[in-house]
Amino acid sequence: MTLLKHEMRQGWKTLAVWTVSIGFFIVICVLMYPEMGEEMEGVNEIFSSMGAFTSAFGMDRLNFGTLSGFYAIECGNILGIGGSFFAAFIAVASLAKEEKERTAEFLLSHPVGRPWLVTQKLLAVMLQIFIMNAVVFALSVSSILIIGEDIPWNQLCLLHLAHFLVQIELAGICFGISSFLRRSGIGIGLGIAAVMYFLNITANLSKSAEFLKYITPFAYAEGADILAAGSLEGKLLLPGILYTLIGICTAYWKYCSKDIQ
Amino acid sequence: MNAIEITDLTKYYGKARGIVALNLTVKEGEFFGFIGPNGAGKSTTIRTLLGLINATSGQAKVLGLDIQKGMQDILANVGYLPSEAVFYSGMKVKDILNLSAGLRKKDCSEEAGRLCERLRLDLSRKADELSFGNRKKAAIVSALQHNPRLLILDEPTGGLDPLMQHEFFQILRERNAKGTTIFFSSHVLSEVQRNCSRAAIIREGRIIACDSVEALAQTNAKRVTVHGKLSLQDLNGVRDLKETADSCSFLYSGDLKHLLQRLSEEDIADLSVAEPDLEEIFLHYYKK
Repeated sequence: MTLLKHEMRQGWKTLAVWTVSIGFFIVICVLMYPEMGEEMEGVNEIFSSMGAFTSAFGMDRLNFGTLSGFYAIECGNILGIGGSFFAAFIAVASLAKEEKERTAEFLLSHPVGRPWLVTQKLLAVMLQIFIMNAVVFALSVSSILIIGEDIPWNQLCLLHLAHFLVQIELAGICFGISSFLRRSGIGIGLGIAAVMYFLNITANLSKSAEFLKYITPFAYAEGADILAAGSLEGKLLLPGILYTLIGICTAYWKYCSKDIQ
Repeated sequence: MNAIEITDLTKYYGKARGIVALNLTVKEGEFFGFIGPNGAGKSTTIRTLLGLINATSGQAKVLGLDIQKGMQDILANVGYLPSEAVFYSGMKVKDILNLSAGLRKKDCSEEAGRLCERLRLDLSRKADELSFGNRKKAAIVSALQHNPRLLILDEPTGGLDPLMQHEFFQILRERNAKGTTIFFSSHVLSEVQRNCSRAAIIREGRIIACDSVEALAQTNAKRVTVHGKLSLQDLNGVRDLKETADSCSFLYSGDLKHLLQRLSEEDIADLSVAEPDLEEIFLHYYKK
């Protein structure tokens, strides 16, 4: 647990900044909801008639006028983009930073064992993602209480769970990539998160691109689908779990055998 | 038991040579010097022994354990001091030492305190604010605080002032007297000559000499210093010639009869013939 504690101590500032930022924007969005309530009919009409833009963001299947619909779009985007960027950012740096910052020699000259080291770093990444999501969830619930609305527990939990799983999947993939890197991979990590986000938009825009839903994790975090079905779609979740496991196993395989510079 | 046993160890970085068929043995309790020029393979050897890099072929054992299978147990009993110490930013010296002790699952606070006092290292300073020398001191404490059976030191005195160097070697001698094996890689040959019982010289990835320091220093080369006029034409075995207006000094490994005959023919005011020190031997081995 020594290394896990050390990783958490080293990463707490980054965790705090991202958590506060994402939480802040979600709270602002929720606090804005009552003001927008009167204009919702008009907003719904506008958003439902924007053609490709409407379907790209699932706004043809959601009622923007309800809290759940509003939350699924607005907060889903904030948590989706912000959360996925955070997960990719910390995961892609996790293993690579030791060589980048030249601390690998210090760390690996201790009797730690590389599999154990990889495990501790993976746990640190996952724990940070969990903490960020837990705090943001608490802030969401609090802000909904502040505006005096009933908390749609089932839908809220499903939406947050879905985005949590997206972050875990992106973290797993980026963690695997991190094992190959000796320098900063932040560009790669954020790039992967961005590409996955846009792949989902593309999949929503065209039937011929629907196969992309089996590639991008954002597909099973689609707010409209979750609210309509009342659950996450298993057939989209399974490939995501597979990609996560491949990323993590790759990290173990590569890091445990590579030369440390 | 041998502390280090290297058999035909080879490491290539792609096509670039690291070390080639290295054979070396260091007995437990020895104070062993490892000398070589830049790029000779010293760090490659050390990093392979510590499991930081994988050997291309060959075997090595440290404290009787195979480096392929027993690395965790090896590292539990080894203290490593790299040539350049780098620590995590934002951490104080005491945090770094606690992290090091924690990773070893040992309480080393007492020994760390003693070492910090002797080396005059402030535990409350942040690692980022430390000078190169003080970072080296922190690395020394980290390597020694858990009382390892084997110390692997890669150019350990770089950055230390003379007083601290003296104190550092005093600590090493005390540890060695208690049975700790010291594997000491250095460019400062006088340190190797003063402290080590045996030494190996590595060049271009291969060990070219390995013997007691006394034996290594006793080559057939002599340092000859002549005051007066001396012609060295047609005299074989002369190297490292240094000339001034009225004297010359050179390493001579040729036939002493020829040298004496030449000296007797010339106008010589003064002559000294001395054993070369290890630095000169080192140069001798490199120019071979």
